[in-house]
Amino acid sequence: MNKQSNTYTILYAAVMVILVAAVLAVTSLGLKGRQTRNVEIDKMKQILSSVHVAATAADAQELYRKYIIDSFVLDSKGERTAGADAFTVDVAVQTKLPADERELPVFVCRLDNGEQKYILPLYGAGLWGPIWGYLALDADGNTVYGAYFAHQGETPGLGAEIEKAPFSDQFRDKRLFIAGDFTSIAVEKKGQKPSNGADYVDAISGGTITSKGVQAMLANSLAPYTVFLKSLQ
Amino acid sequence: MLSKKTRQTLLGPLSRNNPVIVQILGICSALAVTAKLEPAFVMAVSVTAVLAFANVIISLLRNTIPNSIRIIVQLVVVAALVIIVDQILKAYAYDVSKQLSVFVGLIITNCILMGRLEAFALGHGPWESFLDGVGNGIGYGMILVIVAFFRELLGSGTLFGYQVIPQIFYDWGYENNGLMILPPMALITVACIIWVHRSRNKDLQEK
Repeated sequence: MNKQSNTYTILYAAVMVILVAAVLAVTSLGLKGRQTRNVEIDKMKQILSSVHVAATAADAQELYRKYIIDSFVLDSKGERTAGADAFTVDVAVQTKLPADERELPVFVCRLDNGEQKYILPLYGAGLWGPIWGYLALDADGNTVYGAYFAHQGETPGLGAEIEKAPFSDQFRDKRLFIAGDFTSIAVEKKGQKPSNGADYVDAISGGTITSKGVQAMLANSLAPYTVFLKSLQ
Repeated sequence: MLSKKTRQTLLGPLSRNNPVIVQILGICSALAVTAKLEPAFVMAVSVTAVLAFANVIISLLRNTIPNSIRIIVQLVVVAALVIIVDQILKAYAYDVSKQLSVFVGLIITNCILMGRLEAFALGHGPWESFLDGVGNGIGYGMILVIVAFFRELLGSGTLFGYQVIPQIFYDWGYENNGLMILPPMALITVACIIWVHRSRNKDLQEK
């Protein structure tokens, strides 16, 4: 058969594509279970690090079962949605919906000293891609106990600093409500203060857009929880 | 064990034909993944594996590939191998795969791969092509690891994540050089390696 003919070329391409597709499908199916588990373990590690529990891939599941005593999904009126699993709610999708249509996951954590914390997921946009995190609140539904932030591709050394402790540790003891109103937490250039009197943390030098992204993420992700958090106060 | 010619195929790319510092290929990923040793090492292994297998597959197919879709066939083979590597990393080395993020996928566009497939595998047998792939992969990975060694040591004071610069240095006022973490320093480090390499191999110097 003439190897330069059109028929040969088309046949060759067709057979090649089908073979490659089959190989990739088999690989993907074969590894799916492990990959999903890795993603779940990673999520558990993230949730735990918001309450300052350092987990490794090996003990994440165990620690998660130990500390996270309850989780539920709320609607914007603060009512629990029956039968919903907080762990599997896709926060990325939910934060793009209007506030009153969202499913709002809450994770309840009990620490070794018996204190109860509420962990709320966050999701927003940084400079180059998505940023996300978890915010742990004290039982009063107002004071921040711990924060965890992560990002997909912020600039190393600049915006990417949000995932490091010096940034997230600033959030400790900040309040989401001032005089009963939800004010969120502002991320401000050093030396500046928000005009509405909200609590604030220092932004990252050279990471202005990422810092503003964190501020917007906090406000957008947490505002729908207002009813629930007020009921705790 | 190996004849002189095959030894040249395997070892040439380590120094005199090095894809990064002589042919200046694959620079993009050399900048991106070398802030820490671990991702650099995994990237080196991934590229070597993809390159060696892609070379063998293309070499086996070389007499059947229609000339008009030659590049497409090469790309499909490379892309399939890269996806498999990416899936394996996600399943067995999740943390590293998170650090490498898009760069594993970008192995597809690494010029070294297409360069070796087009220039070598299409004209040589599978065994030679395999050695050529391994040699070029190691030549690339070697530079990555050297660059990452200096960047992690000077930028973070660690190697493979372990603290190697003792705390007492910091107490005396030593600071990690944050600039080493940023991409420009990778370029400067590569340039230094090229400088040293050319000064030892005078015939590579341009007139």
